[in-house]
Amino acid sequence: MSICTHLRTRWLAAAAFGLGAVGRADVLPEDRTDVLYHRYEGGGLTVQGPSVLVRKKFGDSVSVSYQYYEDLISSASIDVLSTASAYKEKRTQHNLSVDYLHGSTLYSAGFIYSKEPDYKSNTGFLSVSQSMFGDLTTVSFGYSQGWDRVGEVDHGVVVQTFNDGIGHANANHRTWSAGVSQVLSRDLLLGLNFEADENDGYLQSPYRPVRYVDPFSIKGYSFTLAVAPSTRTGTAGSAQLKYYLPWHAAVDGSYRLYGDTWGIVANTVKFGYTQPLSTDWTLEASARYYWQGHANFYSDLYPYADSQNFTSRDRELAQFHSLTLGLGASYEFHPGWPHWVDKGTLNFNYNRLHINYQDFHDNLLPSLVPGDEPLYTLDANIMQFFLSFWY
Amino acid sequence: MRRILLGGVLLGGFLLGGTLMSGCSPIQPWVKPYEREHLADPIMSFDRNPISSVYLDHVFETREGARGATGSVGGGCGCN
Amino acid sequence: MTTGTLKVSALLLGAALTAGLAAAPPLPAASVTAGAPAAAFQLPAAVGDPVSLADLKGQVVLINFWASWCGPCRQEMPILDQLYKKYKAAGFTLLGVNVEPKSGDALAFLKGTPVSFPILFDTQSKVSTLYEVSGMPSTVIVDRKGNVRYVHHGYKAGDEGEYLDQIRSLMRE
Repeated sequence: MSICTHLRTRWLAAAAFGLGAVGRADVLPEDRTDVLYHRYEGGGLTVQGPSVLVRKKFGDSVSVSYQYYEDLISSASIDVLSTASAYKEKRTQHNLSVDYLHGSTLYSAGFIYSKEPDYKSNTGFLSVSQSMFGDLTTVSFGYSQGWDRVGEVDHGVVVQTFNDGIGHANANHRTWSAGVSQVLSRDLLLGLNFEADENDGYLQSPYRPVRYVDPFSIKGYSFTLAVAPSTRTGTAGSAQLKYYLPWHAAVDGSYRLYGDTWGIVANTVKFGYTQPLSTDWTLEASARYYWQGHANFYSDLYPYADSQNFTSRDRELAQFHSLTLGLGASYEFHPGWPHWVDKGTLNFNYNRLHINYQDFHDNLLPSLVPGDEPLYTLDANIMQFFLSFWY
Repeated sequence: MRRILLGGVLLGGFLLGGTLMSGCSPIQPWVKPYEREHLADPIMSFDRNPISSVYLDHVFETREGARGATGSVGGGCGCN
Repeated sequence: MTTGTLKVSALLLGAALTAGLAAAPPLPAASVTAGAPAAAFQLPAAVGDPVSLADLKGQVVLINFWASWCGPCRQEMPILDQLYKKYKAAGFTLLGVNVEPKSGDALAFLKGTPVSFPILFDTQSKVSTLYEVSGMPSTVIVDRKGNVRYVHHGYKAGDEGEYLDQIRSLMRE
């Protein structure tokens, strides 16, 4: 099983814009290579792995980027232990993109391929960025299309909602995005982003069943497969401000609002602070507060089987508050060798994630009455260690 | 309703940008290219290390119901 | 939001951008008119007495507006230095006008990348405004009579070929 299953391609589309849209529209992105080791540990789940991102210009107008990413998953999370047993798995992803600069317009196109034992996805994306008004304004548009194949699974759980009856299901994703970046003053930048996504097909995780009250069961409840709607449309809008502080530091804040046709409304507030200590060392601190309301068909415990057309007990669709605090340090150096390397940075980043679920109970803990178990909380450590160099 | 509002705000932004871009704008860029020293500083970039920010976005998106609208472009030194 | 509304919104946004782009003028024309006399100025220099443009009449002058925080500007400096060394004996001079309000970073950069042409400091941005600098870096080439002849905005590898041709043609006059 993959923790990422049904929402993966939603991330891939975002990653597409993350990789293709970063930078400005009047110059190509810088040539650089990053080598990352990432590690997530929390709630019985460990996901770690390497990632390498290489970017190089060819001539004056073209820049090509390739990224390899790997997740090595070792999971004994609450979802896994509820109905199965701990497992290990690997997911790999390849991302290739090309940027073409013409005047002050940047065109980008790319493709992402991700594969793991029970999920394959392909995403193509296009974006255009235009710099204007004395380079004070940058406007960008993007579109991505994803095709996923949810396959036969090998942990004893069979995917039941088949579209074509031959053992697998499909999911399709389309994303439209638009963004504006505006220089407000010598020290202040504004960023506005808007994104809409449409998804259809098999959109749930087959490994997160729902539970209903069952007086005939020892535990007082029984599990059955969830049934999610076969379409989902979401929209998100965000605003971000970044300000240069007179003592050579930067502070930023952002807000994002998200809503979708599954009834989820989510808010994200972020703050960040960057402080260079000297020419070599830079420190960063960040705080992110996120809260969401549950999907309208979500329930931790249904009164009986088939009480609703659509059901879900996936905690990603539950009501919860989450706080993430982060710290990072970066060291810049100028290696003498190889001579074609301009500069390098060594970076370490740590984030502590805490989630308080408000309508997802920890069913692994004992309780006389089902649904009365303590509410589940999650604490996780997220670490990143990466080396970057420019040439 | 919310979404129409969001779309409207952005549409307004683009139309304004388009007007400002065209030759008939009475407003001149209020930050000259030689005044962009602070904006050119790497710490003022919205996304200094894409490999790291994309990874963190992924960590959140696979645990949350919301997705999207996380990136931004622009700012910078205004060179070339 | 229904699919229909989404698609219409996307179309509207795309249309707005296209309209904006279509209405946009081509890349900014030279903000200092070619053929007009180059505005007179006097600025303090890194080494020696202040330099006045009027004193350089009779020579072909390349005025380069640069800043230490601007990548393409830093890239251009050694190339301008080569240009200066090659033609200074033949009646050509090059002025590197630094546009930063504080000169510390510029001096630090020059320590690591020394150049032989005069560096002037426009800390009040008076000359940048006079010459309507609209991009970084900006290069203005003035002929022997003191008139502006060529203006360049931005720098990318290979632009020095154009500078060379233009300087040579002006020196032949």
